[in-house]
Amino acid sequence: MAVLDIQKLSVSYATPRGELKALRDVSITVPDRKIVGIVGESGCGKSTLISAIIRLMAPNAHVGSGQVAFKGEDLLTKGEAQIRALRGTQISMVFQDPMQTHNPVLTVGRQMIDIQYRDALSKAEKRKRAVDMLALVGIPDPEARLNQYPFEFSGGMRQRIAIAMALMARPALLIADEPTTALDATLEVQIIKRLRELQDEIGCSILFISHHLGVIAELCDEVVVMYAGEVVEAGSVRDVFHSPAHPYTRALLECDPGHIKEKTRNLPTIPGNIPDLVNLPSGCIFAARCPRRFDACTARPAMAEASAGHGTACHLIGMEMTA
Amino acid sequence: MLSYVIKRIGLAAVITVLAVSALFLIVHMIPGDPVSTMLGPRATPEMRAALEARMGLDKPLIAQIGLFFANMLRGDLGMDVFSNRPVTDIVLNQVPYTLTLILVSISWSAVLGIALGCYSAVNRNSLGDRLTGILSVSVIAVPAFVVALYSLLIFAVKLQWFPAIGAGDAGDWGDQLHHLVLPSLAIGLSWVGYIARLVRASMLEVLGEGHIRTARAFGLPERRIVFGYALRLAILPTVTVIGVGMGFLLSAAVFTEIVFSRPGLGKLVIDSITTRNYPVVMGSVLFSTLIFVASTTLADIINAILDPRIRAGK
Repeated sequence: MAVLDIQKLSVSYATPRGELKALRDVSITVPDRKIVGIVGESGCGKSTLISAIIRLMAPNAHVGSGQVAFKGEDLLTKGEAQIRALRGTQISMVFQDPMQTHNPVLTVGRQMIDIQYRDALSKAEKRKRAVDMLALVGIPDPEARLNQYPFEFSGGMRQRIAIAMALMARPALLIADEPTTALDATLEVQIIKRLRELQDEIGCSILFISHHLGVIAELCDEVVVMYAGEVVEAGSVRDVFHSPAHPYTRALLECDPGHIKEKTRNLPTIPGNIPDLVNLPSGCIFAARCPRRFDACTARPAMAEASAGHGTACHLIGMEMTA
Repeated sequence: MLSYVIKRIGLAAVITVLAVSALFLIVHMIPGDPVSTMLGPRATPEMRAALEARMGLDKPLIAQIGLFFANMLRGDLGMDVFSNRPVTDIVLNQVPYTLTLILVSISWSAVLGIALGCYSAVNRNSLGDRLTGILSVSVIAVPAFVVALYSLLIFAVKLQWFPAIGAGDAGDWGDQLHHLVLPSLAIGLSWVGYIARLVRASMLEVLGEGHIRTARAFGLPERRIVFGYALRLAILPTVTVIGVGMGFLLSAAVFTEIVFSRPGLGKLVIDSITTRNYPVVMGSVLFSTLIFVASTTLADIINAILDPRIRAGK
């Protein structure tokens, strides 16, 4: 059974300009013990999606429709107390900026002990657990460092601490929101490797958000490509990266500096801008920027299978099938 | 931590020396001279010269300042021009009254102001928040002496709930406390509004920070997030403002002590200025300066205790 099964989720924000439709009919499944990556450029709704899952939404956000099933139970119908009981125990988060993640005036140890407040353990036992967890993520001399404050750690260390905190309760689902974006490249590789090992050991699923295609390819089993609040393509990393079906995915892969072989003065970009989410175009969301746009694109495409387990929301799929 | 405290106290000592020197010069420039005041119009030039020599007024200014510091370190602030009692004794008799008044005033207003500020920030834009906002701005706008006069009229004269004048019987705590209510209301009221606004603003800022989102993502109870995680950061600006606000508190205490005929530094300063009693003026202003420097230093040290980054100098 899937740990997380999001079906047709729509979320909008009330803004002075009108209703901003940040997510529209988003369906994402995170299978048990799998790592699912979400890619997409800024403003594609990644952050809205996360906040909708753990229900830490901005006051002006509104869930229009859909469901977020966690282990078969719809989180959207749960009360605040029930959701809070899941946070940090069943569902954990690692945030993007490690410099902002921890409380600056409390020791790391205090924060790691505090998040175990639900467990009926002695303080010494909780501390022991924190020490073990820090050792597991590769913090040297964890016993002593537990008494230090976040500002005494580097960014990479802080992100490891954040991962240690998130995995301490052995959650079923870890949501990682661009956990390596703020780090430099060598650290990124280390963190990704460690995350993979820990996932294997703990046996959790990970929803990994990133705009770094290389990291997604390295770490994830499956990938979901989002564009302007919609899922445009989803499938195994292999399928999506090797035979991208949606023109947006293709463009994204072409723009990835890791994929460019020849020397070039200018990196390629996707021409145009993401559409205005208050006044949405009626047809395909990507049509305005799509190099392969044709008549059918004035209608909104449904998700169709490009191959088994590899879906895309593009009219070209039907065309190529028949052609 | 210790090195920070030592550094901070060293700085306080430097500030004190500069402030006291400036003070000495200012008092020196006040028109009128203590010798005429003490001896009266019929003094002979010989008598005047003798007294000037005794008070050190015949020496050059720089020597006078040096002498003043030397005596100050020995606890000698000179003699009262009229009663011939040591100034240190006179001032030290009054300091506890003013200090108690200020501390009681700022304590109740800080507790109430912080509570209201937290409430407002947590229930942002609620009716309670709006009401708190309106009330805060209203009490900030009312000067302490107006509150003093009206509270005197209403609670002491009309309703007779509280005594109108004096500081209460020495040794009777209940009576002294009873006498403190109206003066500390007068001084503290506007601080409630001020602190409530300040705490609300910084609390809102802190509640929007990433680490609060982390705490929420770990399911920590909201109460612990606000009071355990956010307040400690949100309180920092307020601590500084109260430390520096000691200056305003002292000047508010001057008015209040006069309105309520309470003994204290404020009354002493006013009385001694009008009689050109320089040594007493110097002594009481000196103590006010010391109180001010001590309170700002204390505020910095409290902030360093609350925020490890300050102790580390980051």
